[in-house]
Amino acid sequence: MREVKKVILRLLYNLLVVVLSAFFVLPILWLIFTPFNENPTLALQFPLNPTLENFSKVIENDYAIAAFKNSLIQSFGATFLVLFLASLAAYAFSRVELPGKNIIMYILVLFSSIVTGIAAMVPLFFLLLRVGLIDTHLGVILVFSGGFLPTAVFLLKDFVDSISTSYEESAIISGASKFQIFKDIIFPLSRPGMVVIGVYTFVQVWSNFLIPFLFLRSEGKMPASVAIYSFTNQVGMPKIDLISTYSLLYTIPVIALYLFANKKYGFRFYGGLKG
Amino acid sequence: MKILSKRKAIFFVLPGLALIFVFLIFPAIWSLFLSLTNYSLLQDSLEFVGLDNFFRMFTDSRFWHSLNLTFQFVLGSAVIGQVALGLLLAIILRNTQGIMKKLLNGFAVASWIIPSVVVAYLWGAFLDVDYGLLNRIVGLVGMNSKDWLTQYPMPVIIIWNSWRGAAFSMMLFTSALQTVPPSYLETADVIGASFWDKFKDILLPSLKNYIGTDLILITLWTFNLFTPFLLTKGGPANATEILPIYTYNEAFKYMRFGYGSAVSVVMLLINLIFALFYFRSMKGGNG
Repeated sequence: MREVKKVILRLLYNLLVVVLSAFFVLPILWLIFTPFNENPTLALQFPLNPTLENFSKVIENDYAIAAFKNSLIQSFGATFLVLFLASLAAYAFSRVELPGKNIIMYILVLFSSIVTGIAAMVPLFFLLLRVGLIDTHLGVILVFSGGFLPTAVFLLKDFVDSISTSYEESAIISGASKFQIFKDIIFPLSRPGMVVIGVYTFVQVWSNFLIPFLFLRSEGKMPASVAIYSFTNQVGMPKIDLISTYSLLYTIPVIALYLFANKKYGFRFYGGLKG
Repeated sequence: MKILSKRKAIFFVLPGLALIFVFLIFPAIWSLFLSLTNYSLLQDSLEFVGLDNFFRMFTDSRFWHSLNLTFQFVLGSAVIGQVALGLLLAIILRNTQGIMKKLLNGFAVASWIIPSVVVAYLWGAFLDVDYGLLNRIVGLVGMNSKDWLTQYPMPVIIIWNSWRGAAFSMMLFTSALQTVPPSYLETADVIGASFWDKFKDILLPSLKNYIGTDLILITLWTFNLFTPFLLTKGGPANATEILPIYTYNEAFKYMRFGYGSAVSVVMLLINLIFALFYFRSMKGGNG
């Protein structure tokens, strides 16, 4: 009797594993198959005669390419700005006993976790409108940077804390400037932290829909996440060939960056780090 | 030896702090101010109306409807669909080897990292009434095709968001499970403990802090999630108008900025409560 029960439980368990795997696999198959089909539709069809024709359609579409460029401008812009400002601030916070620095960092991280894009969209819209940054790449970059900076400072400070000050002391003795110390010692030594924060910021900006959707107006500035909604034909029906292929091309960098960061540094749990 | 003078340090810190102040802290404070006005872009007029927006909100049946949907969404897709499912997945991964483990882990993580707009298209295709894979599957067992997004909008976005986010909790619990000494479970096996006993007496107590932290974070993120908009636009009618979509509709569809700000303020306050709980849990335990 006990044996029978064990076998049944084992079977049920295996069934559960299969069902859960199907749950995660099935919706994604469309993204893998459809771009290689001769005649892509919403139906899932295995590409029996795989073709790259849809990819050349995307490459020939100026608007699609411009949107990729816009995504790159905004993602790299925010990533560099966050890394640059966060490393400067983290260095100073780590090396100097500034008055009230712990409470400042606490307040910053607190604000960054409660002020989400959705809860601050109205004032941010007005702010950008008033200073003439609505519908600009810079406006989008600044909004993202403001959101990601606190956590970046917080995490990078930890990294800098772990770097011994003896390097800097010998650099000072040999007459290096503050900026040289920063560039040649702190920057390279805190690279793991910089890479993780950089990859994280890049992926978040690259994938974000809400911020460019709210704060950009002209078609020529839209990143891929918003532009994808305008791939329609004359009667407003979505062009499945373009959309599916574009989706795949747009997803690949994110997956690649994740695999790279994961392989090098593993999954890291950073609380509060999500847009 | 002094590495950096205080004066120079302030110079290092200032640009970052200025940016954070202007684009993060100031907007939060400003929304408090705007919520007390009747500002609307259409008239470009601004008058103080005191707490009128808040009174209106608390008597607006659409607001309460939205809050109710948000509660269902958070309970269904955050608490059950991500934290509980993530824990289940982590336990399964621990007990599974080979290709099944790679498949489940790989695709769950993919669901989590694929950009939201792509996910919206994937699910649009998956659920399509005429061509969708789901209707073909239910057809196999003799059920009629359904227009899932119209007929079952709330269950759809709840299941969709569980699919979307379960991997984060799964990864968090997977690394947490590595801290449970294998000898505990081996001993339990020797004395013939059932799975449920092992779960209740060994796994649950050692994961308690992680579960708490995860629960607060996931709830906070789900509460602020706008992306169901990409799947349903808040509809049909207001059937999936969760609070983020309600805020967006009020502010940017109906151009009621003052009122929209008042809703934002309520969201900020609720976020603040979650965040304070979160910081307390981080201080008290590990995570």
